[in-house]
Amino acid sequence: MTAATTPAKSGVRSVPGAPLLELQNVKMHFKAKGEGFLARKTQWVQAVDGVDLTVQPGETIGLVGESGCGKSTTARLITRLLEPTAGEIRYQGVDIAHMSERKLRPYRREIQLIFQDPYSSLNPRHTVGTIVGTALRTHGMVPKSGELSRVQELLEVVGLNPEHYNRYPHEFSGGQRQRIGIARALAARPKIIVADEPVSALDVSIQAQVMNLLENLRKELGIAFVFIAHDLGVVRHFCDRVAVMYLGRVVEEGPRDALYLKPQHPYTQALLSAVPDIGVVRGVPPKNRIRLVGDVPSPVDPPSGCRFRTRCWKAQDICATDDPALIERAPAQRVACHFAEPPAESILAETA
Amino acid sequence: MSDQTTGVPQTVSRVPRAAATGEEAYLEVTDLQVQFPTADGLVRAVQGLSYSVPLRRTLAIVGESGSGKSVSSMAVLGLHDRRVARITGSIKVGGREVVNMSDKDLEGFRGGDAAMIFQDPQSSLHPYFTVGNQIIESYRAHNNVSKRVAKARAIDMLGRVGIPNPSRRVDQYPHEFSGGMRQRAMIAMALVNDPKLLIADEPTTALDVTVQAQILDLIADLQRDFGSAVVFITHDLGVVAEIADDILVMYAGTAVEHGPVNKILGEPLHPYAWGLLESIPALTGEPQPLHPIPGSPPSLLAVPSGCPFHPRCEFKDRVPDDWCTTLRPDLIPRTADLGRTSRCHLKDPDKVFETEVLPRLP
Repeated sequence: MTAATTPAKSGVRSVPGAPLLELQNVKMHFKAKGEGFLARKTQWVQAVDGVDLTVQPGETIGLVGESGCGKSTTARLITRLLEPTAGEIRYQGVDIAHMSERKLRPYRREIQLIFQDPYSSLNPRHTVGTIVGTALRTHGMVPKSGELSRVQELLEVVGLNPEHYNRYPHEFSGGQRQRIGIARALAARPKIIVADEPVSALDVSIQAQVMNLLENLRKELGIAFVFIAHDLGVVRHFCDRVAVMYLGRVVEEGPRDALYLKPQHPYTQALLSAVPDIGVVRGVPPKNRIRLVGDVPSPVDPPSGCRFRTRCWKAQDICATDDPALIERAPAQRVACHFAEPPAESILAETA
Repeated sequence: MSDQTTGVPQTVSRVPRAAATGEEAYLEVTDLQVQFPTADGLVRAVQGLSYSVPLRRTLAIVGESGSGKSVSSMAVLGLHDRRVARITGSIKVGGREVVNMSDKDLEGFRGGDAAMIFQDPQSSLHPYFTVGNQIIESYRAHNNVSKRVAKARAIDMLGRVGIPNPSRRVDQYPHEFSGGMRQRAMIAMALVNDPKLLIADEPTTALDVTVQAQILDLIADLQRDFGSAVVFITHDLGVVAEIADDILVMYAGTAVEHGPVNKILGEPLHPYAWGLLESIPALTGEPQPLHPIPGSPPSLLAVPSGCPFHPRCEFKDRVPDDWCTTLRPDLIPRTADLGRTSRCHLKDPDKVFETEVLPRLP
């Protein structure tokens, strides 16, 4: 570490002027069994392979991509549930990528996680009071005597009845359980919350309730969010900036409006055009669709050069040999493609 | 779909189908009730459901979990265990009554005249048998042919659903297929006997958007080729807008709105349908605050009296005499347009939608 760091009372160090969170060329390779009967050759699943990402205080950044693109692994790396194979994860300028558990403790308090599945992420044998209270106790947030009242306060913040602190998770519906998970994350007063598909498991009407709750919390508490979802509408609604991932890499990243209106990477364009549009029935002319063929290649043996080239209609010889860098193509919009350009006509038809 | 490794995207736009008028219904459901007696009481999963689907048409059944959309469709294929489910009413498929059909007749009917595609291809394919084996079994159960003929048919079907290299793939196991390919294999299995009725229960929910788009195209193409009647169960209104001709919106075991897709999604008449539209964030325009339906769906053990939606409805105060809490509305036309029905007491719902709901849609 070169710059001077100032330890805060909480034990969290910071470099003045550094962004809240910065990922630099982060890689996560998992060991996989080799193929064949002897399985001698070790293979590596390159789940995340060189991700750069910056989050400023209070900002929300959306991570989108299809299953297997590495977005959930990225969430686990940011929260340091996984130790990266390579690269730096800087929190307020301090690299936490390989920090020991003991030193990491205060950072864990400030970086919290909300899980996708509200059924498996709550211990069925603990009451809600214990679940949220444990988070308070672990991080020494309140004295023992004030624990219950703080739990009730948190339940009220997330829109649950504070009198229900002694109930068990099975007594709540899916949407209510997700609120419990949110209360648990808020208990530590985090500066950043990583939300991994927080509304995907919920019904449409409940999903909107939880989204409104998250949005109010963000506005009132100024918490930064890394918001992971596969639903492009949900991400657009919630995020200031959006990063699109494909096969372990960020292929395009930029401000929300730029990315949705003028996507420059072919994959982003294909992704947006594949979203079924309800506007068709309101008289919006049916959009011309880009249909991708085939499936995402295996992360064990990704294509050489640009990873999207096997499904890309713009692919030339250069794409197989040269790996395109993520470079700025428009203000604040970075694209990793040799032939990046905005679409000829808007992919998403404007509703009148 | 030719080769999956060279990416040549096709630019397609679906042609809207001409509205069929006065066609004879192939599937006709009349006053269907499905109930499950449990230790906690009687679960009224489906109450008085009626609809019909002619050949070459697609009906989308939309609703949240527990609204009865899957339970009612399983009843159409006679998939409920009669020892635990009480089914009354009538389900006619091609003129044949399915309710109380004997097990032997059901065997010939399922997989032959009517087939189903399930949500999760992972758990609907047997991991121990090759994909080809499972398709062959389905074909030979309904056709008296040799294994060799059935295998040729299986290869042909795999090719038709866009699986590359079908003669090699036919001998592979489900785990060797990707998620999208498994779903294609299941579609091939469902269609191997040219069913006249296809029920697709959330067939794309477990898939990624780009794969979902491929599968939706595939189902639309196959429907055109085979001329089947399709019942498409989903909770995604975007998918409905793309694939369906008609929509049935279900809530707490009953149909609350029914009609052509452009009417129901364009200018719905039921407050529940309004709430659904207001809960979906748009992909264009300035993001508006969402306006979700308060509360959660009722338990089917204790469906609210009167209109089942009244505890969550913001318009119930406009209906006189506590009708909403005491009187169950009928599914009837509420406006001059007789082609669509809705189950709500509210007066002039079309005007309420236009003046109050439409401006705040996301």
